[in-house]
Amino acid sequence: MREITFREAIREALDEALRSDAKVFLMGEDIGPLGGAFTVTKGLFDKYGRKRVRNTPISEVAIVGAATGAAMAGLRPITEIMFCDFLPLAGDQIINQAAKMRYMFGGQVKVPLTIRTILGAGLSAAAHHSQSNEALFMHTPGLKLVIPSTPYDAKGLLKTAILDDNPVIYFEHRCLYDSKGPVPENSYSISFGRADVKKEGRDVTLIATAEMVIKSLSVAEELEQEGISVEVIDPRTLNPLDMETIYESVKKTGRVLIVHEAVLTCGPGAEIAARISEEAFDYLDAPVKRLATKDVPIPMAPVLEDFVIPQKEDIKIAIKSLRNF
Amino acid sequence: MENKRNFLAGLYASMYKIRRFEQEAVKLFHNKELPGWLHSYIGEEAVAVGVCASLNRDDYITSTHRGHGHCIAKGADLKRMMAELYGKETGYCKGKGGSMHIADFSIGILGANGIVGGGIPIATGTALASQYLEDGRVTVCFFGDGASNQGGFHESLNLASLWKLPVVYVCENNLYAETTPQADHQPIRDIADRAKSYNMPGVIIDGNDVLAVYEETNKAVERARAGRGPTLVECKTYRYRGHWEGDPEVYRTKEEVKEWKKRDPLKKFKKYLLENDIIQSKEISFVEKKIEDEIKDAVKYAQASPPPRPESALEDLYVEQGG
Ligand SMILES: Cc1ncc(C[n+]2csc(CCOP(=O)(O)OP(=O)(O)O)c2C)c(N)n1
Ligand SMILES: [Mg+2]
Repeated sequence: MREITFREAIREALDEALRSDAKVFLMGEDIGPLGGAFTVTKGLFDKYGRKRVRNTPISEVAIVGAATGAAMAGLRPITEIMFCDFLPLAGDQIINQAAKMRYMFGGQVKVPLTIRTILGAGLSAAAHHSQSNEALFMHTPGLKLVIPSTPYDAKGLLKTAILDDNPVIYFEHRCLYDSKGPVPENSYSISFGRADVKKEGRDVTLIATAEMVIKSLSVAEELEQEGISVEVIDPRTLNPLDMETIYESVKKTGRVLIVHEAVLTCGPGAEIAARISEEAFDYLDAPVKRLATKDVPIPMAPVLEDFVIPQKEDIKIAIKSLRNF
Repeated sequence: MENKRNFLAGLYASMYKIRRFEQEAVKLFHNKELPGWLHSYIGEEAVAVGVCASLNRDDYITSTHRGHGHCIAKGADLKRMMAELYGKETGYCKGKGGSMHIADFSIGILGANGIVGGGIPIATGTALASQYLEDGRVTVCFFGDGASNQGGFHESLNLASLWKLPVVYVCENNLYAETTPQADHQPIRDIADRAKSYNMPGVIIDGNDVLAVYEETNKAVERARAGRGPTLVECKTYRYRGHWEGDPEVYRTKEEVKEWKKRDPLKKFKKYLLENDIIQSKEISFVEKKIEDEIKDAVKYAQASPPPRPESALEDLYVEQGG
């Protein structure tokens, strides 16, 4: 199969959606000729024109709010919010409006809205351009949350997000944009709520999201040489969250490590760990361990950034301590 | 001529319906029959009715926490509205929304809103959809003087004017945001002035004069429909009741309320209809009687309706689908 980048995979999903459904349009800051801050939509403006690929003022409330209204009126808007640090500006429209709308009105309306946004640190962009705040939205019933780690997943999950009749936030980790992987040229989609076992293993279950999946796989490969067999699971969507795949793995390994770039307190790992302790306690041979960004905003200096974000070495140490528990 | 007569009689009937629905709701609320909160629209009827008179059935409106009047003027069913106030299964939102979240998507009512200003970006979005789909619909966005200080108001007007969206922003300036008088919450008197910043027309109307409201907003609606962009319409009006039922109203005088009641929109319009021989007083009594019956029926319907099943609290969150 041909290999393309994570960025190209997302662009391809957008291109396919724009081509196949006239109700799909893109809206966001600087997504026109530039193609957005990370050039994901590059070329789409030239191809589809300003009606379908809409450059907006810097108005996160109006971008998400108008997209919500447009979705209620039958369109399928895809907005780009330049960094997920900016999602809180549109917090009311996401959390109070788009997410609650259908429920509050007794099921009268659909909100087929996709919010693409960029998350993650690693580029010394400091506290306003580096956060991983997906857990804020796990705490919001009514949303679906996608957080892909490979080009293949990125394309298939984005297609599903666009086709979904509910509001979806789709998080793209900035450090993955140039990563390459096999992606079919044809159109395909990946169902929400299906975790993917990225690598099978016997000794420890490692649950990771976004770029931490890549780091985890690399660690798992190294540990294989040392005779430690790690199973790496990527939930891919945080809502819905596929716990069944995780329980299956826990039954096999009895040891669980959860790694994410969101901060520790009330991060995705807190929820996953709680569910494992409620539903799979009997299978555990050690306490569930979490490895997450330390509970501070993301600092700028590379040495500081590296210190607060889980590194490969941290993952390795955590796995070994679990193994030896 | 007959058409015009019917039209004017319709405006009166609609205002009367709102007045009586609201009076009934207030009474039921204080009888402790209605759970939740109530923000009464009494005194502001001419705005909703005058504005909605320009709209087609499939045009959109977004509404506010003080939204019953907008819904009735747009043609909502009193039975389902009342049932929603009672929190019954037969209500518009099956008891999940209540007074602050009544919606009827079959006639373009996109919902009242518990967030002050929350509907403004949404209205901008349905207008965007209408422009995109070329469906000829117009969106009217109702909001208060208080809401005009929200960021979303400014972002939305900017975007709508930039893209020439078919939306009319109708500010109901009732001089107070909850307990705060206008002079204490914004350094301007005329909210319509804010239109200038966004290069759109700003219009000031006597919001207690239903014909004035109709005539001016009709121009704005036609302008929007013709693809010439949004208008900010400010209707100066007044609410007779407190901000919410139970409001001690420490922020205004009884004299002020009395003064405004002299300019009552219903009395004013009724006088106009009678003095100009447009409608006879016995026809008015007949219309009023019909509405009384309709309201009684709505209350009976709501009272007789079953409460929602408790488990239904877990329904309607997501559209069910494969993925
Ligand atoms: C975002 C937000 N802030 C505060 C409130 C509480 N609140 C409800 S209504 C209201 C006053 C709104 O004033 P205005 O927009 O003038 O509408 P009016 O009540 O006068 O019709 C306030 C402060 C709220 N519901 N939402
Ligand atoms: Mg007010």
